[in-house]
Amino acid sequence: MSERQRTNHEAGTAFTGTSTLLRFHLRRDRMMLLWWIAGAFVLYVSQAVSTDGLYTTQAQLDKAAKGMESNAAFIAMAGPARALNTVGGQVAWQAAAFGAIVAGLMSMFLIGRHTRAEEESGRDELVRAAVVGRHAPLAAAALICLIADVLLGGLIAGGLIAYGLPAAGSVALGMAAGLAGLVFGAVTLVGAQLTQSARGAYAITGAVMALSYVLRAVGDIGNGALSWLSPIGWGQYMKAYAGESWWPALISVATVGLLGVLAVRLFDRRDIGSGVLATRPGPARGGSSMHTTLGLAWRLQRASLIGWASGLLLGGLAFGSIGDDVGDLLGDSQFSQDVFGQGGGTLVDSFYGVMALMLALIAAGFAIGSVLRLRGEETDHFAELLLSTAEPRWRWAASHLVIAGLGSIVVIAAGGIGLGVGFALVTGDSSAILRLFGATVQYAVPVLLIGALSWLGYSVRSAWGAFGWAVLGFCFVIMMFGESLQLPDWLMGASPFRHLALVPAEDFRLVPWLLLLMLSAVVGAAGMVVLRRRDLA
Amino acid sequence: MDTVIDIAGLVKRFGKTTALDGLDLQVARGEVHGFLGPNGAGKSTTIRVLLGLLRADAGTVTLFGKDPWRDAAELHRRLAYVPGDVNLWPNLSGGEVIDLLGRLRGGLDEKRRAVLIERFELDPTKKSRTYSKGNRQKVALVAALAADVELLILDEPTSGLDPLMEAVFTGCIDEFKDDGHSVLLSSHILAEVERLCDRVSIIGSGRTAETGTLAELRHLTRTSVSAELAEPPTGLDSLTGVHSVVVEGLRANFEVDTVELGAALEALGHFGIRTLTSQPPTLEELFLRHYGEHVATEDDS
Repeated sequence: MSERQRTNHEAGTAFTGTSTLLRFHLRRDRMMLLWWIAGAFVLYVSQAVSTDGLYTTQAQLDKAAKGMESNAAFIAMAGPARALNTVGGQVAWQAAAFGAIVAGLMSMFLIGRHTRAEEESGRDELVRAAVVGRHAPLAAAALICLIADVLLGGLIAGGLIAYGLPAAGSVALGMAAGLAGLVFGAVTLVGAQLTQSARGAYAITGAVMALSYVLRAVGDIGNGALSWLSPIGWGQYMKAYAGESWWPALISVATVGLLGVLAVRLFDRRDIGSGVLATRPGPARGGSSMHTTLGLAWRLQRASLIGWASGLLLGGLAFGSIGDDVGDLLGDSQFSQDVFGQGGGTLVDSFYGVMALMLALIAAGFAIGSVLRLRGEETDHFAELLLSTAEPRWRWAASHLVIAGLGSIVVIAAGGIGLGVGFALVTGDSSAILRLFGATVQYAVPVLLIGALSWLGYSVRSAWGAFGWAVLGFCFVIMMFGESLQLPDWLMGASPFRHLALVPAEDFRLVPWLLLLMLSAVVGAAGMVVLRRRDLA
Repeated sequence: MDTVIDIAGLVKRFGKTTALDGLDLQVARGEVHGFLGPNGAGKSTTIRVLLGLLRADAGTVTLFGKDPWRDAAELHRRLAYVPGDVNLWPNLSGGEVIDLLGRLRGGLDEKRRAVLIERFELDPTKKSRTYSKGNRQKVALVAALAADVELLILDEPTSGLDPLMEAVFTGCIDEFKDDGHSVLLSSHILAEVERLCDRVSIIGSGRTAETGTLAELRHLTRTSVSAELAEPPTGLDSLTGVHSVVVEGLRANFEVDTVELGAALEALGHFGIRTLTSQPPTLEELFLRHYGEHVATEDDS
């Protein structure tokens, strides 16, 4: 009897304070939660609205569905084609993969910010010194993530039911998004035990998310086996609006449970403030790279650059290795011809044109993150110490911009090499290496422009650096949904990517490319002028 | 006087709040200048203007005779700075940070670097993320003191150091001063200020409340006097400059404005002085007097 009681007692004390912490988190996060969940809601419901707006008769929808079903590029980006001749099927197809990413990012930031980031800053210590159980901070973080994902999934389901879509499918779709969020949140929880920095935990989760996306893209185009290794794929195998299948949800739930247990085990084995992966001592002297701020910027950013470049290389290889199969998948349906025949190239070329564009959009994430290192350096007061030396302000900023600029080119080039080599390996067509590499690398220029806009925002006011993410989000929406939402030309034209040719389907256009390059330089220079006039934190 | 730092009428606003409201500060070559004031008085803001991180809204600021905003980088070759809150790149070792900062300042003295690491008992191989506050401060101090500069700007540099390390710090500042260099030292550790500083500026609400040598400042405030007399004293209350008089039989305790000390003692003499202790105000009292101006006023009335 005492055994049982003691266990209960221990469990009680280890979680003391959880509800107080949870209320505190909800108070701190309410705006952030509102934006994430509202964003996800809009992502799903707008698909239903736009599908209804686009296809006024069932015959139109049937015709469009027939074309989309055989479009490998769309399948790679969105997911397996199911019941595309229904509004529900369209919504599930267009939104599920991105919804999973949105939920995953939300969960990642929620968990990271309440676990490792708190520990890193020392705030966790302050909290733990109060009447707070050993597992309470972990439990509170897990609970807020659970609440957020349930709300997110519930609102998606409710919104779609309210719109008039079948209830079962709407619930399946909402569940898929919420469960994907929980899985990636649980991954972050494990990552937060492994590394000593929140940045490290985010890198681990980001890598898992990217891998999940690529696995399901390659799986969906092939026989579907690889999709079963992806948390995003599990959600899509729930087949919302296409004869729902509920048991894949169990895989997600089991994964969350296993990862949760693993995180607690790891947490119990480590000291507060340290990670499972131990910090090794560093050199006693600054090496040759530590002579300049450029050397410092390289040192600070190289791990992230290597991570992004390898990620894009692998992603490129995965997409490239789809090879000629694309042709079979695309078939010769009239719709595919309409969409992809425009550039005058073959369907395979069009597919790879879109893949190159997608790799570039992902690489833009590196560009923005790299530019925003400046903001981190400023708000963490590292810049204060550096700028008290003989280092001029412009050179400090330029150091990080050089890494951001050259790094972006390297990251995109890695994606291009992957794409070309992957294709060449499968098809034996070695000339494709250069062709697909070129198709991808041309997008370095709009990526630089996005980086430059982020930099200009930062230089006006440090918090405005996030402007770059807004621009990237906009470009992404234009690429994915611009056509289906029938957005006006002027709005679509605001995305710099739209002005470049869809190589290899189209011929490279030099003039817009040069104009964008010049625009990037002008924006970059403007940022420098502005930063030199601003107070630094 | 050869002035290293010369600030007159400095104003700095952040939105609607005025952080500095006409601040004056002069630091002469070769002096250690204490920069005192309550939390939020504007000390760090002043220092950040001096470093060219913030731009002054009004007033004149010169550092070595030049404009710290326009000529920031050039001027920084001649100074080193230790922030109050030392934040270091978490994945760099202390040794790497010292070398980086030293090189960016235009080179550091290798021998002094080694000696300082020894004296401050710093392990330069540890990653900055594992350093305590005191150890992070040591990293910044070693980097600053090993640099070949003529001015140190120190913002509460010893707030995380243990007393032994504080003694090491004091010794280093003495040596630095002996070379004819200048220091601007913001600190709340008054013993340290009394021990090190030639002159002191006390600021409050973004203005300079008082500036001068410690002796000069003492002169402006009250000395506490405690005396045992031959006969019961009378009429002490009516003397000019005498405050807080407490008479208990033959004992008298009071405070007197230091300029009136002579007259007060003369008056006490009439009652036959048996024992007398007279205490000049400590820096702490000086401090409290300026910081708690309104408290003092209430006491007087």
